[in-house]
Amino acid sequence: MPRDVRDTARQASFTRRAALLSLGTTGLFGTLFLRLHGLQVGQAEEFSVLAEENRVNVHLVVPLRGTILDRFGIELANNRQNFRVLLIPEDARRQGLTSVEDALDLIGRIVDLPDFRRRRIIRQAASSPSFVPITIKENLDWDEFARVNVNLPDLPGVVPDVGQTRQYGTGEHVSHLVGYVGAVTQVEQDADDDPLLRLPSFRIGKQGVERILDRRLRGAAGTSRVEVNAGGRVIRELARDDGTPGENVVLTIDEDIQRHTAEQFAGESGAAVVMDVNSGDILAMVSEPGFDPNLFTFGISHADWAALRDNPLNPMLNKAITGQYPPGSTFKMIVAMAALESGLINPRQTVHCNGHWRIGNVEKRCWRRQGHGAMNMRNAIKNSCDIYFYEIATQIGIERIAAMADRFGLGQDFDMPLTGERSGIVPNARWKRGQHDEAWYPGDTANVGIGQGYLLTTQLQQAVMTARLATGREVRPKLVRAIGSEDRTNVVRAPAIDLPQEYFDLVRDGMDAVINEAGGTATRSAVRGEGLSMAGKTGTVQVYSFSAAEREDGPREFDELPWRLRDHGLFVGYGPVDAPKYAVSVAVDHGGGGSRAAAPRARAIMQYVLEKDPSSQSALGPVAAAASSAGEQG
Amino acid sequence: MVDLALTDFSERRSILSKIGDFNWGLLFLICLVASIGFAMLYSVADGNWDPWASRQMIRFALGIVVLFIVSLVDIRVWLGLAYPAFAMALLLLVAVEIAGEVGMGAQRWLSLGPINLQPSELMKIALVLALARYFHGLTVDEVSHPLRVIPPLAMIGLPVGLVLMQPDLGTGMLLLAGGGALVFLAGINWWYLIGSAAAGVAAIPIGWQFLQDYQRNRVLTFLNPERDPLGAGYHILQSKIAIGAGGVFGQGFMQGTQSHLDFLPEKQTDFIFTMLAEELGMVGAFGLLGLYAIILAIGVATALNARAHFSRLVAMGVCVTLFLYVFINAAMVMGLIPVVGVPMPLVSYGGTSMMTIMFGFGLLMSVHIHRDVDVPRRAGAFW
Repeated sequence: MPRDVRDTARQASFTRRAALLSLGTTGLFGTLFLRLHGLQVGQAEEFSVLAEENRVNVHLVVPLRGTILDRFGIELANNRQNFRVLLIPEDARRQGLTSVEDALDLIGRIVDLPDFRRRRIIRQAASSPSFVPITIKENLDWDEFARVNVNLPDLPGVVPDVGQTRQYGTGEHVSHLVGYVGAVTQVEQDADDDPLLRLPSFRIGKQGVERILDRRLRGAAGTSRVEVNAGGRVIRELARDDGTPGENVVLTIDEDIQRHTAEQFAGESGAAVVMDVNSGDILAMVSEPGFDPNLFTFGISHADWAALRDNPLNPMLNKAITGQYPPGSTFKMIVAMAALESGLINPRQTVHCNGHWRIGNVEKRCWRRQGHGAMNMRNAIKNSCDIYFYEIATQIGIERIAAMADRFGLGQDFDMPLTGERSGIVPNARWKRGQHDEAWYPGDTANVGIGQGYLLTTQLQQAVMTARLATGREVRPKLVRAIGSEDRTNVVRAPAIDLPQEYFDLVRDGMDAVINEAGGTATRSAVRGEGLSMAGKTGTVQVYSFSAAEREDGPREFDELPWRLRDHGLFVGYGPVDAPKYAVSVAVDHGGGGSRAAAPRARAIMQYVLEKDPSSQSALGPVAAAASSAGEQG
Repeated sequence: MVDLALTDFSERRSILSKIGDFNWGLLFLICLVASIGFAMLYSVADGNWDPWASRQMIRFALGIVVLFIVSLVDIRVWLGLAYPAFAMALLLLVAVEIAGEVGMGAQRWLSLGPINLQPSELMKIALVLALARYFHGLTVDEVSHPLRVIPPLAMIGLPVGLVLMQPDLGTGMLLLAGGGALVFLAGINWWYLIGSAAAGVAAIPIGWQFLQDYQRNRVLTFLNPERDPLGAGYHILQSKIAIGAGGVFGQGFMQGTQSHLDFLPEKQTDFIFTMLAEELGMVGAFGLLGLYAIILAIGVATALNARAHFSRLVAMGVCVTLFLYVFINAAMVMGLIPVVGVPMPLVSYGGTSMMTIMFGFGLLMSVHIHRDVDVPRRAGAFW
């Protein structure tokens, strides 16, 4: 029987339309297939790269900073373990705590946690994913750290951790040499593309050797390739390269001599340099008072910084290379050398000193008001007669003096690996024209003749000058013995200064007499002991002149003056006299005259250095000498 | 009459004979697709049956039971239940609007003790049944009669409106497209289709006003994915990276870095196809889509072979719904259409959509088993 016609019609219509719909569906499936093909074949490479970038993070591995050692291997700056306590909020929660506060309450029973620190930790915890460790406390002492470790089972989410922190163990007397490290500033970051500098915990050298040799001490960052998930959580480490640790820096400094030299200042402000006159090795470079470099590692507190900044003795300044003093009478050797070389002055010829000397319409005085009488060159050095040097200086002229000063290392810097090195001033006519737009007058020459006027030197230059006088060689100062495997000890002797030996003999004879001949200006500061001796020269820099009116009230003593108006005392010396090995230069700020403030300190330093010298110890026995020379080589 | 005799014969069919008439091939394909889903859920959990794969298997087992029961029920019973089911689904949609649980910024659930009921899912089946029931009673000429057009419009418009109010754009679009497809299949005049397409385009600016901010963002981000690569566009970008990185043969089962390192969002539900494409590559993705295509082809064949118009429409309705799920989900994770929350049927983790799909397959199977049952155009309730 035929089916309902209308049903047949609608079945036909349905079939047509179902076919149409299937066709459309097939088309849409086709677009899906095309799209899949496009993504998985066409763009597969591009997306594989993106997936890999998603997956892999590169973390920096911080290299260990090189240590700074003295010549015998004493660590002046090293890395100590920094005991820290971290909290991983997620772990604390997983182990049953409901909040970071609860975790802090528990830890607070074991380590001291001030409120402000608590608040900072809670803020930090709120703003970072809960799997990121938060530093709760750094620099725990061993007892605290041990207590945390013992109680660890009761401290959910707490992780003890050991990091590395710079440590300066030997004290303040090396602070200006070693310098200190601190957090990286934006300026430092912009100037250096080392990725390590982007790490918030990274420390960079700020002063001294730490700063100048920072690149060598720093080492090279390693990398750790880790797989991370979308939240940044590290899943596993894929590859690791530990980087290159920083190189160790061995200084020429003898920490023992450095300490002993610093102790001589006993609270006074000043600077001293001890140098090996043959190698140029600086055995001590002291600037007093010093500061504690450890204060800067984690950011110095306002109070500590204010104390350093406002201290009138300027503890932050390295006075041995930054402090510029007129050399005073210590410069007279240079004037004598210049006079000898000029051929205009016969050293045996005498100048009569009656205590004053006139140039133009200015009257100058000798430090000894009653005068020295007839002075030849040797005795003028011994007595530090001003009139003699006024006379010969004006006779030979400033240009000869300036040229001689230059040959003895004044007016120049030595490119020390230190911050703040100044070059001083050795003035001449051209310099004055450039600097003051004025002609050079004979009176200026007279002032320079006794180491005053425009002349400025540093204690390092004074030591170099003394070493060159003592050896007749162009000794250059050296602070670094080795960096990593690079040996920087001198192999070649410094070239001889092209001046006749008798000039040196004459000047040295004067310097010997200053200390070791009755009537010299520093006879009380003689070095004693068999084979031990020192020659030298005092210097006094007047800071304040008493007026004629003040003088009429009676003789003035320096104790009556306020500290900052008192004279600077200077001294340069070398020893032993016959075969010089060491040079020393001392400046005591506002300490009074050179023979009173500087010479006794220089003596104490030289005495100590000479007694420590291996050759003087050989008298004590072969064993001590052997041990000592072995140490020297190390 | 032969017709009556046939009808009588089918009425007397035993359950065993019905089971014997099962389309076992279809059932096998369904199980195959579900098994792919289990494997992917096992991979999502980094090689653990918990928490997803095992529960999905239990749900699928329940789904198979539902499929069997639904398929054994005579197609005329479904015809009779069509309107009541639709009315109930509509009521529940209203109820969810009044007392529903809020999730993802939309009201979708109705908490009935331990069961969270999603009335919009019920509606997907009920709408197919109701429309099929309605058009079953009309001749070709009647379908396009202006007055006859109003009821189906209402049947589609009411639930779509309610679902959009939740607001659930994805389900709304699914209902609209599914219902529209049935109207089309019923033979409505082309002019209605052209007219409503034009009206739809005209309504876009108005509809825009009713979208939630997050929905607008999704559309804007779809139109320009670089607009916000770390925000709304992030998911789609990561999904495309995952699919692309899969290449032809994939990163390997359980080796997808994008998925396992959490760069993919919702990877056990809406983005599971992405994970499959990353781990099993184009081969795996083509394979899964191919299986769906074969299932759809079987479904269309079932529809064409059915004698009753109701059966044909129900079968095609189920096919269209399944296709829409697959297409919308796959197109979404590949960045072809904006992000809408539509799962990949049988593969995505989730109980409600699994039940909807299995119920649909049950209806399809019922149509297949009762393909020779004719239902008079004017037939009312079966019992």
